[in-house]
Amino acid sequence: MNFEGFLAQLAAMALALVVAPLLVGWVNMCRAWLQNRRAPPLLQQFRTLHKLFWKESVVASDATPMFRAAPYVVFGCMLLASMIVPTLSTNLPLAPAADAIALVGLFALARLFISLAAMDIGTAFGTLGARREMLVGFLAEPAFLMVLFTASLISNSTSLANIVTTLAHREFTILPSLALAGVAFTMVSLAENARVPVDNPATHLELTMIHEALVLEYSARHLALMEWAAALKLFAYSCAGLALFFPWGVAQANDRGALLLALPALLVKLAAGGFALALIETVTAKMRIFRVPEFLATAFLLGVLALLVHLLLGA
Amino acid sequence: MTTPLLTIDGVLVVIAAWFCIGVAGIGALRNLRVVAHVLFPASALLSAVLAGLALPAVAGTPEVALLAIGLPGLPFHLRLDALSAFFLLLLGVASAGVSIFAAGYFRRGEGTPPGLMCLEYHVFLAAMAMVVSWEMMALSSYFLVTTNHRLPEIQRAGYLYLLVAHIGAIAILLCFGVLQANTGDYTFANMRAQNLSPFWASAAFLLALFGFGAKAGVLPLHVWLPEAHPAAPSPVSALMSGVMLKTAIYGMLRVTFDLCSSTIWWWGVVALAVGLVTALFGVVFAAAQVDMKRLLAYSSIENIGLIVVALGLAIIFEAYGMRSLAALALTALLYHCLNHALFKSLLFLGTGSVLHATHERSLGKLGGLMRFMPWVAWTALVGVIAAAGLPPSNGFASEWLLLQGFLFTGGLPNPYLKMLVPVFAAGVVLVAALAGYVMVKFFGVIFLGRPREERLEKAEDAGRLERLGLVWLTAGCILLGLFPVAVIEVIDPIPFALVGRGLAQSGKVGDWLMLAPVSAERASYSAPLVFLLIAAIVMLTFLLVRRFYHGRIRRAAPWDCGYPFQTARMQDTAEGFGQPIRQIFEPFFRMHRELPSPADEAPRYRVTVEDPLWGWIYVRIARATEAASRTVGMLQRGRISIYLLYSFVTLVALLFLTQA
Repeated sequence: MNFEGFLAQLAAMALALVVAPLLVGWVNMCRAWLQNRRAPPLLQQFRTLHKLFWKESVVASDATPMFRAAPYVVFGCMLLASMIVPTLSTNLPLAPAADAIALVGLFALARLFISLAAMDIGTAFGTLGARREMLVGFLAEPAFLMVLFTASLISNSTSLANIVTTLAHREFTILPSLALAGVAFTMVSLAENARVPVDNPATHLELTMIHEALVLEYSARHLALMEWAAALKLFAYSCAGLALFFPWGVAQANDRGALLLALPALLVKLAAGGFALALIETVTAKMRIFRVPEFLATAFLLGVLALLVHLLLGA
Repeated sequence: MTTPLLTIDGVLVVIAAWFCIGVAGIGALRNLRVVAHVLFPASALLSAVLAGLALPAVAGTPEVALLAIGLPGLPFHLRLDALSAFFLLLLGVASAGVSIFAAGYFRRGEGTPPGLMCLEYHVFLAAMAMVVSWEMMALSSYFLVTTNHRLPEIQRAGYLYLLVAHIGAIAILLCFGVLQANTGDYTFANMRAQNLSPFWASAAFLLALFGFGAKAGVLPLHVWLPEAHPAAPSPVSALMSGVMLKTAIYGMLRVTFDLCSSTIWWWGVVALAVGLVTALFGVVFAAAQVDMKRLLAYSSIENIGLIVVALGLAIIFEAYGMRSLAALALTALLYHCLNHALFKSLLFLGTGSVLHATHERSLGKLGGLMRFMPWVAWTALVGVIAAAGLPPSNGFASEWLLLQGFLFTGGLPNPYLKMLVPVFAAGVVLVAALAGYVMVKFFGVIFLGRPREERLEKAEDAGRLERLGLVWLTAGCILLGLFPVAVIEVIDPIPFALVGRGLAQSGKVGDWLMLAPVSAERASYSAPLVFLLIAAIVMLTFLLVRRFYHGRIRRAAPWDCGYPFQTARMQDTAEGFGQPIRQIFEPFFRMHRELPSPADEAPRYRVTVEDPLWGWIYVRIARATEAASRTVGMLQRGRISIYLLYSFVTLVALLFLTQA
């Protein structure tokens, strides 16, 4: 690993840590505007995190060490995941450590820990949240993998950096396989990031919540890490989506001039994506939990269809 | 023999020593102390020796030995090549952990006396080492399954197991009969030399898939597995699931790639389809189980399914001459065999400890054991992560290789196959994701939450020898996960021997840090880096939070949205956790529900989930057999005159035939 690569990797990490809460703040702002409410400031997420870190953590009396370790592990998985997705440049020395399949694996590892931690206290809500999270996971994960497989087959590689390079250099045509994969990806990322129509990040209504039920027992620094990890997950998913479907603007290896342009390009793309997310959340109603499997199965089938279309039409 | 010390002699000595230990067990029939503190640890040591002998033999030259036992004029031909050495290695590594665990496991006054148990256990080990003695394996494991032979459901399980094992054995004998092609010489060397027509080769392959599939629990011959594995004592379940199923995989590999001179592409499609259906069925049923050992048994069916899928992929690649890719699929297959042997043994041993501590197998009456049995819980957590196939565990490494294999199918010349294979890939990732669901259920319901019964709070952790066994297998899982390239280098001679190409041999597997099976541009994965990075981030975050903020903590009652009255019975039960799967995959199950009405004085809720294949296949076969025997029974009239008429008619018919 040369010095420049090291710097690039460090910059990617710092970017993820800073931009992820900003992105959540931005989505909240947009949603407030769309719903005719006064918006919280953009930096609200940082204030909340800071406040939470200062508080004293209250842990249930019969929690095992696993309950306290889980936020750190989940945070570690999500930070690593956001570090290997190409954001500014494809020149990431750590990217070969985990390809597209391993990226999905990292998300799954975080899901396992967060679900087990939710079951640890032994409350009715915790186990309910764990069960629903695993329900969403077992359908969303294969669907996401199908999307990634389609992109991998187009670029003959499962390495994320190579996928971005190939996709950015093809001429601009809408490939039918990528279009199908894009729809599948949008559905999956709504479900995976606990967004409307699958989950509602703003609710504490017990019957509907998934993510909130998982972190119900957490407080103070543990909750802060969980929330930061959730923000990182949204960031990683958004960047993966941008890398797959809008790869233009990401600097290729050894292209320093493009690096200057990459940051504004990424921020603009993320802002647009965040607005779109807020729009989707505003205009759709939340589904009943029993409809979620159908929603995700549709995403999965679309993913398989994308793969088939690519193999049959070669496009 | 020319060279004085061959590996195969060492292997035979180990096997003979196992027999001796078994016989010594008879000598100390009811002396638990001798059996537990001398015989089983000695046997574990022998397992480790076997693993040590087999490891270099995988890369060594094939060795042959003749044993002048058995029928006169028909000596045992034994051959130790890369493939058999690998499976001996697997047996040695897994059984070393299981035997040392068993030393601390068997207690006084449970079913069969310990000495007899010891004999059966070691005959089983020895029989698995000499896969030739298929029947002995079935018989010894039958007696092990029926250790607690006074319970009727265990007798039933044992009977079913023996029945399916024998049907499988018949198919295997027929398969070898086809392979020797009327030459009357049943040595493998002769079978290898035969050049069968595609029809007979296909017949041999299908017979092998059926016969070995019966032993491995491939659909629809899986019915014995969820009955027999839970019935046996836990160390035996560990060996059956971890090792015995793999001997069947060994048989499939031997017949397909070694004994048949060439492979045909549609064999691969058959194996892919059978494997995928098996895997999906296994994992969906595992999610619906409420007995922890049955859950693991169904999860074994799932893993065997994945292994058969890898076999199918390897056959397809081999049939089209894409040898590097066939080697990739075979490597994934063998790697997964090794992984499954370790993590499934580990999990079964964990259930054994739980069983001893709580006398409870039903998930609905367990819970919260992590606080009382930390050793078992933390080792089981490693097993669970591996079984769920998550990075950086060993289960992920082999699934990653398998998925890489699927991504190369775009190069296949057959357009229909090209279309079919991605569908299989989708099925495989669905199975892998469902495995995560199953494992969260398994671990969460047993070890996490609050104890569902009061007496669980008195549960004691595993004893010293049991811990040693658990830690041995856990360490194996971790090492296999962190150093995939080293594992692939060990496995490598086998694909080289079977399809003429190896991954590491062509220098395309990466260095110790980075696994890159085809080329670094194509795909790469580094387990050590992923592990180190996550660990580094965790440590750094922990230190930074302490440095800039604080680490204060207060213990209080759980929050739970402020509801004050909560009991341990309000947690999700095993049925509850499996409910979404039961609902989504409803056509898979045959369910009986008993719902209480609102006016019930003593409401009861009961749901039983049954295997629909019982009704679809087995019950029908049984009825057809009964009907056929009834029809034949019509001939029996019990009157001499009618029997004389039969003789007369037969005579006339025969005369007529000879005339014509």
